[in-house]
Amino acid sequence: MATGQVTERGALTHPDLTRLDDVNRDVLKMLGRPGKGWWILFGIAAGGIGLFVSLWVYQMVRGIGVAGLTSPVGWGVYITTFVFWVGIAHSGTLISAVLFLFRAPWRQSIYRAAEAMTVFAVMTAGLFPLIHVGRVWHAYWLIPYPNSRFLWPNFKSPLVMDVFAITTYFTVSATFFFLGCIPDIAAARDRATGLRKQFYKVISLGWQGTDAQWHHFGNAYVFLAALATPLVLSVHSVVSWDFAMGIVPGWHTTIFAPYFVAGAIFSGLAMVITLIVPMRKIFGLEAYLTTKHFDAMAKLMLLTSLIVFYAYLSEFFLAWYSGEEVERTAFWNRVFGNYWWATWIMLTCNGLVPIMLWFKRVRHSIPALFVITIFVNIGMWFERYVIVVVSLSHEYEPFAWGMYRPSFVEMGILIGSFCWFSFWFLLFTRLLPPIAIQELKEVMPPPLRKRKSMEGAH
Amino acid sequence: MSTAGESGVLASYEYLDSTVDAIEQLRKAGFKPQTYAPYPDHHLEHALGYGRSPVRVWTLCGGLTGAATGMAFPMWTSLTWPLVVGGKPIVSIPPYVVFTFEMMVLFGALSTIIGIFVLSRLPVLKPAVLYDPEFTAGRYGVYVEAEGARLDEARKILKAQEPIEVREGAKHG
Repeated sequence: MATGQVTERGALTHPDLTRLDDVNRDVLKMLGRPGKGWWILFGIAAGGIGLFVSLWVYQMVRGIGVAGLTSPVGWGVYITTFVFWVGIAHSGTLISAVLFLFRAPWRQSIYRAAEAMTVFAVMTAGLFPLIHVGRVWHAYWLIPYPNSRFLWPNFKSPLVMDVFAITTYFTVSATFFFLGCIPDIAAARDRATGLRKQFYKVISLGWQGTDAQWHHFGNAYVFLAALATPLVLSVHSVVSWDFAMGIVPGWHTTIFAPYFVAGAIFSGLAMVITLIVPMRKIFGLEAYLTTKHFDAMAKLMLLTSLIVFYAYLSEFFLAWYSGEEVERTAFWNRVFGNYWWATWIMLTCNGLVPIMLWFKRVRHSIPALFVITIFVNIGMWFERYVIVVVSLSHEYEPFAWGMYRPSFVEMGILIGSFCWFSFWFLLFTRLLPPIAIQELKEVMPPPLRKRKSMEGAH
Repeated sequence: MSTAGESGVLASYEYLDSTVDAIEQLRKAGFKPQTYAPYPDHHLEHALGYGRSPVRVWTLCGGLTGAATGMAFPMWTSLTWPLVVGGKPIVSIPPYVVFTFEMMVLFGALSTIIGIFVLSRLPVLKPAVLYDPEFTAGRYGVYVEAEGARLDEARKILKAQEPIEVREGAKHG
């Protein structure tokens, strides 16, 4: 896998790294005893999970009526947040699989954190359909099985496709993540002591980096990446069909699949930057996460932002150009109706704020990027809110129009979902090497004694 | 104590080119060296004479099984209870392609993982004791199984490339 060419290019992305074992020293240091700041964040996250669980239990006891969902808006904050978290997940697989196949030399130091983010974001997203259906004890109805009258689920429904897509996505990204971790867990095991050593000993599965192990691992990794790449595109397409296959004005368009995939990657990249900026600062990883990495991610964000903004504008244009009264009213309502503020937040955060990324100075300024990504995170949540809620509130018949206000239960569960996600991410930074040790070594120049380079030498 | 076929000599190297040279000379002398490395290095794999891993067969078989299942399963369930939904045919291929694809990816990925585990004998219940923890950090290791005069010969070849350390003994203690 490590060809001479990649070595040369990779050496440029980490100019301050020279020795292979420096990587172990710097990365494994992060697994040491956590400081006060970590415990405070962990405490907040654990408290948020408490809020999350108690509100969910409250909803189970009192019934789904405690949520603000009512006719005509039957899908609200829960579905919005579900789509938001599935979207967040996408850039992890983009960085770990798609950029792996494209041999992008800057992905190595980011991909472990991005992949962990993917797994935890899908874990968060997966809870929302269960919360949304209300009677969670019937959630097994989602699994295809014949009921007592041998009636199976309707396989023509995008909702059933969604169950398959999300479970496949979770299984594949979690196994892909764990597989990539195994050699690094072995590296942690070889440095750790005491109880930690025992823990790493078990989960490293006895990995020692023998030639046979690396040979199959390296070969298999390409195939897993090749399988995960189309999966990224398929999952959010399927999620978009949950909407696009319905005949609701604002939903029923063919643009939805590419529009959702671009939006997912856009929001996911923003979340990766939001997460790794503090990580870089706290653990002093400046040699690993250089401005080059942030620049490359910012450029990808800019590209996806342009696609998303183009999709917004083309939706407005086609609503007008179609001449359909219902479509025209729905999109007029989107910008100037009761929910005008949500639409304008969406347009500002996702379309206007990222314009700043055209400037190199902004892309190279880490604080500026951090602020922009916070805007994008907010904007992308509102994009899904606009699509789900605003469309449903303003369908065909004027007498069936209505407003939806999220209840405190829904808002609490939304906040709680961020805590649940952070809880896992915080644990991850302390238990597993958050930067891929072995992949980084692949792009570093190998230590040589007699030769200048390994080019052509076999 | 060491038993026949389980003991040998292990050398740790700091440099990749020394390691590659040691492997090539050992293989010329008829030994079957085994290596340890902190990352997958294709120079080492080439020196050891590796071809393509059969793990690809696992991926292909898993993927095809998944695709077949993903298409056949919705078809079969639709036919066991023929119910017209939305005026579509009972067996409606376009929506079933989604299941075909998802199941192909799922089965393909899982069988690839199982393939790695089977082919590289993971999990290793009895890891080698003749091992250097630096192999996961920055050193390369070459291990040769040999006894008597052959052991001396192997040691000589290994030492010629200036290893950091040479150890002998039973692989599994």
